[in-house]
This record gives sequence, structure tokens and C-alpha cells, in this order.
Amino acid sequence: MSAPNPQIDALYQEIILDHYRNPRHKGLREPFEAQVHHVNPTCGDEVTLRVHVADGKVADVSYDSLGCSISQASASVLTELLIGKDLDEAMAVHEEFLALMQSKGQATPDEDVLEDAVAFAGVSKYPARIKCALLSWMAWKDATAQAVGKVTQ
Amino acid sequence: MSAINGLLDLDKIRADFPILERRLAGDRALVYLDSANTSQKPQSVIDAISEHYALHNANVARAAHQLGEESTAAYEGARDKVAAFVNAPGRDGVIFTKNASEALNLVANVLANAGKPHGFGPGDEVVITEMEHHSNIVPWQIACQRTGATLRWFGITDEGRLDLSNIDDLITERTRVVALTWVSNALGTINPVAEITRRAHEVGALVVVDASQAVPQMAVDVTALGADFVAFTGHKLCGPTGIGVLVAKPDLLNQLPPFLGGGEMIEIVRMEGSTYAPAPHRFEAGTPPIVQAVGLGAAIDYLSAIGMDAVRAHEHAITGYALERLQTVDGVRILGPTENIDRGGAISFELGDLHPHDVGQVLDSLGIAVRGGHHCARPVHARFGVTASNRASFYLYTSPAEIDALVEGLDHVKSYFSRGA
Repeated sequence: MSAPNPQIDALYQEIILDHYRNPRHKGLREPFEAQVHHVNPTCGDEVTLRVHVADGKVADVSYDSLGCSISQASASVLTELLIGKDLDEAMAVHEEFLALMQSKGQATPDEDVLEDAVAFAGVSKYPARIKCALLSWMAWKDATAQAVGKVTQ
Repeated sequence: MSAINGLLDLDKIRADFPILERRLAGDRALVYLDSANTSQKPQSVIDAISEHYALHNANVARAAHQLGEESTAAYEGARDKVAAFVNAPGRDGVIFTKNASEALNLVANVLANAGKPHGFGPGDEVVITEMEHHSNIVPWQIACQRTGATLRWFGITDEGRLDLSNIDDLITERTRVVALTWVSNALGTINPVAEITRRAHEVGALVVVDASQAVPQMAVDVTALGADFVAFTGHKLCGPTGIGVLVAKPDLLNQLPPFLGGGEMIEIVRMEGSTYAPAPHRFEAGTPPIVQAVGLGAAIDYLSAIGMDAVRAHEHAITGYALERLQTVDGVRILGPTENIDRGGAISFELGDLHPHDVGQVLDSLGIAVRGGHHCARPVHARFGVTASNRASFYLYTSPAEIDALVEGLDHVKSYFSRGA
């Protein structure tokens, strides 16, 4: 009856489970210019995320979060990918990740741009889970826009 | 499985529900354990809907032609079936809405606008419970904000029952409305609504009962219950979506202001102002959900032929079996009563520290459908210190083999997420 269904492995790739079990850069840190709190109202997943920008770069992204493996792993992968990048480069990665999530499983992700985040390609085939994967990315975009606004004032 | 007393003839019942034949998730049999979310539909309901569209379709109460008369007779016939099914205090006290949420919003809105003696305002109190579905919380929050009344609520005990220890503090001469659920959609608890209704009536408060999870799984007698307003929905009762019901005494309804304005709810419309039709049409503005009401009528015919006491006995038996089996799974923590006493057929649970989305997703890959999330009852989850849970819920077609499949599936979920860890 409960013989495994291999299709599910496309969703729960080893990279995702690894980030879920061993989240990178987790915890809230100083300094930061903006902090946001985003929720997924259907499942109660939550993330509090801080962004520190300096010299046109994403100097730090720190976060505290509650939620499923997909949302937790996604936040972890985000920090690995974006910390240290130039702001416009980071925005381009964000765009690429968003496009991948909206691809309904049809896109071939660019591994040079997305690195570990290519593992989320399978998530785009599960409409109910796309919001989980995007939670921290939307929070990052929101916080970064606020942080850049403050820095340039 | 013959040891389980009270089960319906499952081979016969399951044959009535075509969707239960479906194979999915790589040619697996569907194991549908999400009936508290929405029930599946028997062929007779599907046929009634399609037959109405194929042979009788016309608008109701507006068309003086044969089809209009047939459609009106079918729609009003459904009202008679609902009235008889729940022993409503008169067929004119049965109002069709689009769902239970709309029925509850209707009550909260018209009471907020009612003035004396039924309305509420500053100094008055509305009492709800922490166990409510969001549909029986948010409308009262909005109504209290608008009128200046105070919202208060009963808490929940560690066992998942209503905490009635402070009932004398909560239900007082300031209480205008007590609104509560009969059967909790998240915890499965069956509440002592008749007793609470008596207490509320002693202080002159109106009682609003959310019976969305009660009417599908037990024989309900609204007149005997004595509550002033009883709301439920068709789609959890083998009927279609898009049809809800509000039951109340017709003379109480006729003392209340209208909810939505429009066609069919009026008596005379003049540019300077209008007068309103009596209940039930007073609260049914616009073209109603005609075929949905017809489908609900067919669902009531289907359930009545089986008998609601037999449905309840089945639900009780399968819930007892599920409670027993789930408690053998290492890591399962049940939210709500673990004893099969005053308990409906919905069991929410956690599985170790795995997130309900992940549990539900892997079960889905095995063809097992459960709900994961807060089940529109976030305060219940907060009460038990969790953000979400999984919920398995049963109906007259649920088999012991499906409970076994869930238990096996949970073991698979645990091993799936421990691989490579």
C-alpha cells in the first residue's frame, strides 16, 4: 500500500532536505536597515527577515522562521546565494528564482545563476507549495527595497 | 474488521460514490480522509443536478411559464426537505445562502443593525468560543467593532473540551448573543449546545449555532435544540458547493432588518424607499443558488434513506477505530479528545516535529488525502502551542482499510524524512 512513489523525490530533493536539517545563516543579526515579517495565511508559515546593505551589496540577510521543509530550505538557500552579491546581481537572482517558481515545471533552471536553488525546480509543479518556496524571497525583496530606501535617503 | 460494530454496508455505500473508484498518485486507490473539508457526492446528487439543468432550468419565482414553475417547485421543494431533515420551526425559517459563512455573516450583520430589542451596542457583550472556525469568529469581531459591543469567549481545556468553568462570568445579563460551534471542525469535540442554549436564554441572549460539522454526521432537531439561529452548509452533507442554510424561527426573522438588498427580497420598491418581503425571501436577494438547492435536496434524500442514526453510528465506529490506531503510531500527538466520547469524525494530529505540509504532501504521493494547516481554526492551534496540524476526517463511506492505509502512510512519512539524516 505505502510503497514509495518516486515522483515525490522531485519535490523533496536531497539538497532541500539538507538545507532544511542544517539551515545556513539562521538567526536574527545586527546590523540591519530593514526588518519584515511575512506570513503564509493558508498554512501559518512565518518568517522574520532582516537585510543589511552596504556599499551597494547585500552585506547580510538574517532570519527567524517557522514552517515546512520547503519554506525553511528556501530561506537557507536564499542567504547562501544572496549574501555578498551586488544589489542588482541579487535582484537578477531573485527574478530568476521567481521565474522558475512560475514555470509549472517547464523551465530549465540556470545552475550558474541559481546554484543550490535549482533544486526547487520540482516545487513549481506543486501549486500549493510555490508560496512556501517564495515566502522568504518575497520577504527579502520587501526588506531590501526598504533598506535601499533608507540608505539612499 | 468484523470486530467493529456499527459500520454501514461499505461495499454498498462506496458504490454510490463514483469518485471513490478513482486511482491516482501512480495508479493507487484514492484514500479520501478530508470529508470535514468537503464530502464526496453520491451519483444521485450528481444526477439530480444534471437533470435539473437538462430538463427544468429556468429562474425561480419570476417566470410565469412551465419551466419557471418546475424550477420554482424544485427550489421550494428543497426548502421543504431541509426543513423536515433538521426539524426547522417552519419552512419559512429556512433561508438559503451560498455557504455557512454567509449564513453566519448574515446573522452577525442583521443583529448588529437590529437596534432594540435584538441588536447590540456599547455595554453589550457577544460571547463566542476559542474553538470556532474563523467563520464564527471574524463576523462577530467585525460586528463588535462596528457597534461598540464587547467580544468575549470560552476557552478550551487541555483535553480539547469547552472550558465552561467560568460560564457564570461569561453569560450574564450583559450578554446579547452566544455564538458557538456544535462540533469542532479541528478538534472533533461535540459541545453541550442544548445546555449552553438554556443558560443563554435564561439571561435573554440569542443563541447562534454553527452546525456545519454537526448536520452531516448526526440527526439534528433544531426545534428541540431551541437555539435561535442554526447555520450549516450543503457541501459537507453530500450536496454541492454554493449552498448554505440558515434556520431560525420565522417570526424572529421577520423582526430583523434585511441583509443584502435586491430582487425577490422586496415587497414594494419606490424611489423614496422600499418595504421588504417576509422570511425566507427577505434574506434571499437576487437569483438564488437554484440547482445547488436541488442538489442539496437530493443529498438529504440520500442520507435520509440510510438514516442519520446509522450515519452517526458508522462515524462513531470509524472514529473510535482511527483514534485507537493513530495512538499506536510513534510520534503522533492528537489535538482534541482522545476518548471516543462526545466526539465527531475529525482527528487533528501532529507527527513528531514534521511540518503538516510535508506530512500531507508525502501522504498525497500515496493517494491519501488529508488536510494540513490550521483548518481555518488558528486560535485552536495557538491554544495548543502549534501553528498547524494534519487532520484526517471521515464520513459514511470511510472504511477501516482506509484508516489502516493512513497509519501505514504515516510510518512511510517518518522513514521518508529520516532518510540520509
